[in-house]
Amino acid sequence: MKRFRNINGGILRDLALVAAMLPVVCWIQFRSGGIFLTGENLTDLLKETAVLGIMAAGMMPIMLTGGIDLSVGSVMALGGMLGATLLKECPGIAPAVVLLVGCLTGTCCGLFNGFLTARLRILPIIATLGTMYAFRGLTYLVANGRWILQGDMGGEFLRLASGSTLGVNNLVAIELVVYVVGFVFLSFCPCGRNLYAAGSNPDSARVCGINVDRTLLLAYALTGMVAGFAGILYVCDFGVAQGESASGYEMSVIAACVLGGVSISGGTGRIQGVFLGSLFLGILNNAMPLIHVSPFFQEAIRGGIILFSIVLNVIIARRIGKAALERRRRV
Amino acid sequence: MKRPENNAALLAHERNFSWGRLLCWEALLLLLLIGVNAMNMCVSPGYGDFPVLMDALRNFADKAIIAFPVAMVVLTGEIDISVGSTLALSAVTMGLCYRIGLPLGLCVVIAVATGALCGLFNGIILALYRELSSMIVTLSTLIVYRGLASVLMGKESVSFPVQGWFNEISWGDFLGCPYGVLFALAEALLFCYLIHCTVFGRHCRAVGSGSEASRFSGIKVERIKIVLFTLSGLFAGVAAVFLTSWMCSARADMARGYEMDVIAMVVLGGFSTAGGKGTLPGVLLAIPVIGLLRHGLGLMNMGSQAILIVVGSLLVVAAAIPGLRLLFGGTVRRK
Repeated sequence: MKRFRNINGGILRDLALVAAMLPVVCWIQFRSGGIFLTGENLTDLLKETAVLGIMAAGMMPIMLTGGIDLSVGSVMALGGMLGATLLKECPGIAPAVVLLVGCLTGTCCGLFNGFLTARLRILPIIATLGTMYAFRGLTYLVANGRWILQGDMGGEFLRLASGSTLGVNNLVAIELVVYVVGFVFLSFCPCGRNLYAAGSNPDSARVCGINVDRTLLLAYALTGMVAGFAGILYVCDFGVAQGESASGYEMSVIAACVLGGVSISGGTGRIQGVFLGSLFLGILNNAMPLIHVSPFFQEAIRGGIILFSIVLNVIIARRIGKAALERRRRV
Repeated sequence: MKRPENNAALLAHERNFSWGRLLCWEALLLLLLIGVNAMNMCVSPGYGDFPVLMDALRNFADKAIIAFPVAMVVLTGEIDISVGSTLALSAVTMGLCYRIGLPLGLCVVIAVATGALCGLFNGIILALYRELSSMIVTLSTLIVYRGLASVLMGKESVSFPVQGWFNEISWGDFLGCPYGVLFALAEALLFCYLIHCTVFGRHCRAVGSGSEASRFSGIKVERIKIVLFTLSGLFAGVAAVFLTSWMCSARADMARGYEMDVIAMVVLGGFSTAGGKGTLPGVLLAIPVIGLLRHGLGLMNMGSQAILIVVGSLLVVAAAIPGLRLLFGGTVRRK
């Protein structure tokens, strides 16, 4: 019964997000003089949002456990930088190897974060704030002040972002695969369900025989892996790797998750919502230049939307709680 | 680390101030401070001269000014990471007021008031919606305030006069001791009194040890939150005045990443981010440890990138020490 209601609430929330998106889209379409809702622009939008979407799906496991990872931007930069350096040093290397290197780097970073939080019991925000700076510093050291540009990367690697499979841009196709895998993992795998359990109440999860520490470690490793993977795609998409890349990216990622209904305190959230959240941010990012909003406003608007949506989340949660209480009283 | 005997621990703390345990941590910090100073001495022989040392201290006086109120916020188990952005917004507001010709004195007051308002906003949101964690609220206001600052100022900057009393705020000194350092010391005394000798301070510690329990024992948790966040914003505004006077200009991108240094100082000073633990003398020692370490690494000609790694790792290590004790100390108590 409870589960049924939860799922219902989730779908309602997603519908509400779509309903909030529609007027924004209409307004943008009107203001931009009809160039927003064209096939070309929408394809661009999806492609630009793909990396953010992948990263947001990757952030979800940690947020489900009630933690947070501020270091994803730095991990992305580190993975991307290492991958790009590899491409430069050994030309002709297969793109799959580069992606693998990115994943491995990310997993190592994630495991380190997980060790700090699960074993040493540092609060996730503090631990990842520290590693965010440490990994960023490492990226600078690896980059050594250089920029690695498209010319050093080779066409085969760059086609990863520009080419398409079955008429869908590769990045978008990868994003879809990530979301399908994520959906199956979070909905049907015991490991994925453990994340929800560990997030909503660690003590009872422990009593139920779930190894909470190992679940946390898994969540951090997963997020790290996706961050490294997304870092390579980021480099591929923009055609440049440097020390500063993806700095501040964690804010957009967290924003996408929170917009999508993932609770900061853990235990609730649906991957479909995260997809919609990242899409909403993508629309804003894509549309603001179209309707000539100055870039200085974009940061403030993005922050305002995050603040608004988390407050709205609380208000909705209170309403739902109150309604449930009323219903129980009546019975 | 919830302790079942919360109340007893609080009483024990009240009775003998638990000097034995505290001294341990603070003695460690003192050793660390001596070590950092010795390292700096080796790197640059002229480092020990009084004026040179004071110059080194002046460099992080603005961070020290923010660190004390943030320590008090951390004591209640909350966190404020929007301080860097608050500082930037205050400085930018001050710059705009100066550009339209308001007298400097009024501009300074406006800067401090802007900071206090930003903090008040954080506090009110947290008090109204107490399910929200302060971390996510201040994370979003971090973006909002920084965004507002760049909306107001864009990529420009406002220059302030390089002569006169405003410039003296940061560049002037009293008996060789810069005003900023003196202000930070006075503030440390004030907060030491506030945390350790007043009912208010004890209430903060109680809220940090268990906010539900303290709510039921009649402490006005929401009011405390609002006051503390306002204080931390207010002192970010004060730091904005010092930093602007130091750089003689206000820009939207100033004080980026300050929150990391400030939180590192507070956590290294012995404040647990879970709340309820920490002493002000610890923070007072931790501030020069980090500030002078940065200074020394700069003297060693280390790039700013490597300094990032060092400070980041220091933050992690400081936060990990209680956990390490848990791992190796033997008295592992399940949560």
